[in-house]
Amino acid sequence: MSDRSCIILDDVVFTRGHRRIFDGVSLTIPRGRITAIMGPSGSGKTTLLRLVGGQLKPDSGRVLVDGEDVSRLRRKDLYQLRERMGMLFQSGALFTDLSVFENVAFPLRVHTPLPDDMIRDIVLMKLEAVGLRGARDLMPAELSGGMTRRVALARAIALDPELIMYDEPFAGQDPIAMGVVVKLIRELNTTMGLTSVLVSHDVPESLSIAHYACIIADGKLIGEGTPEQLKAHPSPRVQQFLNGQPDGPVPFHYPAPDAAADWGCVVPGEEDSRA
Amino acid sequence: MAQRTTDIIVGLFILAGGAALLVLALQVSGLTLKPGGETYSVQAYFNDAGGLSSRARVSMAGVTVGRIREVTLDQETFQARVVIDIEADYDSIPADSSAIIRTSGLLGEQYIDISPGADMESLADGDTFYETQSALNIERMISNFATGQGGD
Amino acid sequence: MPDYLTNRIARLGRGTMEAVASLGRSAGFLWGSLVGVPRPSVGLPLMVRQIYNIGVLSLAIVVVSGLFIGMVLALQGYYILSDFGSESAIGQMIALTLLRELGPVVTALLFAGRAGSALTAEIGLMKATEQLSSMEMMGVDPLRRVIAPRLWAGFISMPVLALIFSVVGIWGGMLVGVQWLGVFEGSYWGNMQSSVTFFDDVVNGLIKSLVFGFVCTWIAVYQGYDCVPTSAGISSATTRTVVFSSLAVLGLDFVLTAVMFGSF
Ligand SMILES: Nc1ncnc2c1ncn2[C@@H]1O[C@H](COP(=O)(O)OP(=O)(O)O)[C@@H](O)[C@H]1O
Ligand SMILES: [Mg+2]
Repeated sequence: MSDRSCIILDDVVFTRGHRRIFDGVSLTIPRGRITAIMGPSGSGKTTLLRLVGGQLKPDSGRVLVDGEDVSRLRRKDLYQLRERMGMLFQSGALFTDLSVFENVAFPLRVHTPLPDDMIRDIVLMKLEAVGLRGARDLMPAELSGGMTRRVALARAIALDPELIMYDEPFAGQDPIAMGVVVKLIRELNTTMGLTSVLVSHDVPESLSIAHYACIIADGKLIGEGTPEQLKAHPSPRVQQFLNGQPDGPVPFHYPAPDAAADWGCVVPGEEDSRA
Repeated sequence: MAQRTTDIIVGLFILAGGAALLVLALQVSGLTLKPGGETYSVQAYFNDAGGLSSRARVSMAGVTVGRIREVTLDQETFQARVVIDIEADYDSIPADSSAIIRTSGLLGEQYIDISPGADMESLADGDTFYETQSALNIERMISNFATGQGGD
Repeated sequence: MPDYLTNRIARLGRGTMEAVASLGRSAGFLWGSLVGVPRPSVGLPLMVRQIYNIGVLSLAIVVVSGLFIGMVLALQGYYILSDFGSESAIGQMIALTLLRELGPVVTALLFAGRAGSALTAEIGLMKATEQLSSMEMMGVDPLRRVIAPRLWAGFISMPVLALIFSVVGIWGGMLVGVQWLGVFEGSYWGNMQSSVTFFDDVVNGLIKSLVFGFVCTWIAVYQGYDCVPTSAGISSATTRTVVFSSLAVLGLDFVLTAVMFGSF
């Protein structure tokens, strides 16, 4: 495999119940770069990260991380692979019974034999990076949504992973914190050569830091390339998403039966948008 | 809470469980810490052992002096043969004492009461009681009727 | 065949399949949690913490219930037995009832309500807030880290609680029987000692509470781990924990009693 690619999705098909979330997605994520994966909510961005992390298995196709097929790894090897990945969950997913400090210290305590004072130094450094060194003694219940996400970010980078996946890092951040997070993602990438996968529906922020971006909708990859290439993409679906137009080829509605069948009458104005 | 405080409280909790088990063993089921070797055994033949069972109490003047080891049928005389373990401390029970089967209360457990004789000789290991008195029949009938099975 | 009948049969079939699948999953879950002894330096503090949450915090309700049940047994026993002039047998009646049945069974029912439901809700909420997922993604197996310490803590706490329950109950029976109703203290204990045997009664009761501890904790953590991660899902999982645990305890108690004491 090429040294330039870190994650390869090869014709991945994934269904949940009766709903096909990915219908043959192939994607290459380059090493040491920031890749943004964009798409409307519900299009399966979080699902994609879980496939990469090996928490879900594709129905067919392969997910390769560093050349290894994640869904075929033995349990022990999978857990070892995960130690080299960081993941920032959409909800933060902090451990509610541990303080901010202990949350960030958790992966260090589990995976390294470091003495307490070194762990303390590392934790404070990571918290300083996200601007929350002063919040170390708070409990997760005492944090706002944006702060929670930043603590989770500090925890995700505690072990200095080689690959980090951000699930909606911008959602719920105020403009200043948003700037901090954007700067942080960029710095982590340049100083440590970290491979970053960024999942988001915030188009301007994502495009401003990504080296490479792709858009998924309807279970398919509808466009990929550098931010410039995407902006000039000929596909109307890509343009609709980038410019945030409500009507266009990408449906705003979750797949639904005939509106007339649900309401028992013809709804004016709905006739043409159904196809 | 500090880990140390939790450790101590949990330690006390486990100790309380151990203490409870000890109370159940000593105070409730009457196990003695003394090893069981310090007894000598004697036997008694009864025409009717009633509801007498092994581990039942053997007492003199209301004081427990031993326990029943086993109740079997003598195939020749067709009497009940009861083997009794008596604590070694009680070593001067007159040899002509008699063994009587009694019931504590109307429904209580059956036990053997030793009624002392006047002999100068004492009962020793392997001896047999000369005189015994079987369980009262009417009592057994009532107890059979009330518990449905008669003893445990 | 009429439609509604085939529908019924289909539903029965599906329900059975689901029950069997769930049983299989829970067995796999148990296996995954208990195989492989973790490093004691990591596992032990986690387990101690859980014994505190599960066992120590259930102590108050167990002690109070034990006390009252012992006292009620003494009252009831006294009025029944005094008709036959055998009120001194209440000691034996209370001890045998508590050791063989009420100690293990009532403790297990209280445990399911107090500790089991809390376990299910806690684990369910950890699942709903993606704490279990994020642990997995950090390369930490939640079965080992979260589930195993709770399972072991439940196994250990239940027999301890049941022993304490029985002792407190017997003591409460003595309070009422001896101090209040005036049964002679010597015969309270004496009767008890001549009829209670350590290996038949105490040890069998202990075995019962070990079995109940195993089953109740297993049900509680599995229901939490397997729940639908929403508030409604967690609440119905909590209900299932209490219902399934109670039924399992009562059913198993019958089986165990038949095996242990039924020498017919
Ligand atoms: N646990 C689940 N069970 C069933 N369907 C799910 C589950 N999680 C997500 N989905 C479905 O998968 C689709 C993709 O979800 P997700 O990956 O979270 O979307 P995104 O992160 O892009 O907003 C959604 O349409 C959702 O309905
Ligand atoms: Mg998402």
